[in-house]
Amino acid sequence: MFYREAGQFKASYAADQAIFPLRQDQWGVAAMLAVALIVLPVVGNEYFFQAIMVPVLIFSLAAIGLNILTGYCGQLSLGTGGFMAVGAVACYKLSTGFPELNFVVVLLLSGVITAGVGLLFGIPSLRIKGFYLAVATLAAQFFLNWLFNKVAWFQNYTPSGTITMPPREVFGITITGAEADAMHRYLFCLVFVAILALAAKNLVRGPIGRSWMAIRDMDIAAELIGFRPFQTKLLAFSVSSFYVGVAGAMALSLWLGSVETAEAFDINVSFQVLFMVIIGGLGSMLGSFLGAAFIILMPILLTNVMVGGLGLQAVTAKHFEFMLFGGLIIFFLIVEPHGMARLWQIIKEKLRMWPFPH
Amino acid sequence: MEFFNLVFINPIMDMATYPSFFLEVVFGGLMSGVMYSLVALGFVLIFKASGVFNFAQGVFALFAALTLVGLMTGTVPFSLDKALPELPAWVAIVLTLLVMVLLAIAVERIMLRPLVNQDQIIMFMSTIGLAFVLEGLGDTIWGSEVKRLDVGIPTGFFMVGDIQVQVFDLWAAVVATVLVAVLAVFFQWTRTGRALRAVADDHQAALSVGIPLKNIWIIVWSVAGLVALVAGIMWGSKSGVQFSLSLIALKALPVLILGGFTSVPGAIIGGLIIGVGEKVAEVYWGPLVNGAIENWFAYVVALVFLLFRPQGLFGEKIIERV
Repeated sequence: MFYREAGQFKASYAADQAIFPLRQDQWGVAAMLAVALIVLPVVGNEYFFQAIMVPVLIFSLAAIGLNILTGYCGQLSLGTGGFMAVGAVACYKLSTGFPELNFVVVLLLSGVITAGVGLLFGIPSLRIKGFYLAVATLAAQFFLNWLFNKVAWFQNYTPSGTITMPPREVFGITITGAEADAMHRYLFCLVFVAILALAAKNLVRGPIGRSWMAIRDMDIAAELIGFRPFQTKLLAFSVSSFYVGVAGAMALSLWLGSVETAEAFDINVSFQVLFMVIIGGLGSMLGSFLGAAFIILMPILLTNVMVGGLGLQAVTAKHFEFMLFGGLIIFFLIVEPHGMARLWQIIKEKLRMWPFPH
Repeated sequence: MEFFNLVFINPIMDMATYPSFFLEVVFGGLMSGVMYSLVALGFVLIFKASGVFNFAQGVFALFAALTLVGLMTGTVPFSLDKALPELPAWVAIVLTLLVMVLLAIAVERIMLRPLVNQDQIIMFMSTIGLAFVLEGLGDTIWGSEVKRLDVGIPTGFFMVGDIQVQVFDLWAAVVATVLVAVLAVFFQWTRTGRALRAVADDHQAALSVGIPLKNIWIIVWSVAGLVALVAGIMWGSKSGVQFSLSLIALKALPVLILGGFTSVPGAIIGGLIIGVGEKVAEVYWGPLVNGAIENWFAYVVALVFLLFRPQGLFGEKIIERV
């Protein structure tokens, strides 16, 4: 009775094919955005923005990127960390090389550069599939990390090998660098991620998204009915890399500030983002957000409960955290292999019926 | 032209000028190749029989080695006291094997059975989860510091001509060969081995002629545990039992795609090729680009290789139908 589409008549195709066709969804999204834009900045503090909201938003964007590739186009990739590193390094090089360039342009260009790199590493996908492709993308991960570590040009020849984002302004407000206020960075992240997520949602419901899904569901059949697998897969690789690259650039500039590329974007990041996509739900934009929130928040919660609540030593707690994290992932996969997005679907069904059983 | 010389001529000249050094490099590569093969073997066994891409194989090796060291030094689980009697190596190995079998049963009961029939990627993710659990568990039970493992494998070296040969490496090769031979016999001539091959061939058909699938899975995961134990002993004695042991799983992946996911000989030969290839590349071409190319060289070799032969060296030919 809370979530009924009955009585909402569409008078035009445009209304029928809207991104959020239902009034409840429109209101829900608007309400969430309003809370995130107005209420959270008022009540949140530095720690809340820096340790929770900003990483969740950035990893949501990375998860959307991987979801486009794995969830919509069916190409398993373990190179996400490497592509995030490309985005971060591109952002660093662009903003140090062209100081007068607008920060938004820098972010977008970082994404475009990463898309080019992703295109390159996507070429094998025409010949190899499934786990073979996953392992092949690991080549990207290790090669890129090695490249950024060994070639000093990528770090502007700094002796420490770390890259540090210089301060940049948007609309006269400093949002990167050490002095930037966490709330400002959070707001910028929010707006940027919201726009890109909307663009992605728009993309996957149109002809491009449908061609991806056709390739995912059965590539040979899709080829026979006229989709071009090469172009379609490469497009998925480059769009996905664009999102991942922007996420990497944001991770450097808005979250970490200063990183050692090979360590901040190592293979574990790739797995983490893959977890977000799987736990959130393959082929679901909402799932990318839910998965990112789950994977980022759970370790924080576990550490706080065990070190703060139970008074365990930090080292022991770390081991327990590993176990619990792994255990929870297995548990989640057993209980709901289709991810949290599927849970939301079930909840919606229930909301439609409640309180009447039929 | 200078670039051409640097990349193509000089390394080859180096090899030709100092053939004994080259042979030594190749020999070292073969030995680390044996190690990769051992880990890859565990992957192949499980993938063949249950279609699960077991990412936790490397952590299996770590866990086995940790348990072995713990038993041999008489460590009390969950504390760091060494209050228990120290066990001789062979008793500890048998006990560790028992632990691995128990682990296999637990994995089958708790993780695999509820996940039967799910997508391969879901199974894959669950084994990553398993890797986390085992890593945490191993560290919690036995402590996380680097441990020395000595099960009495002789060390030292002797000279053949002017090539230095490590006795330990020879032993590793012997053990690996014996292990593969035993596995081959087991798969080829025992009743259980036949059942395993039947399951690998076709789950449905195997079930319908009365092969109990769940026992088969326990057996396969136990055998993978055994292989992991051998790999763990070898790596552990060579470089100490520590967290990095679980990372050799990542090295085994290019071996797998080179050899094919479903081929035991592929795992062995792929391991040797990767081992030699990356050592030779590191020594002769590494200095050109500041070194440390070992980390990704194997992957690039495998990637280039896959472009020409997508199913790997010995993998079954992929036939796709709509």
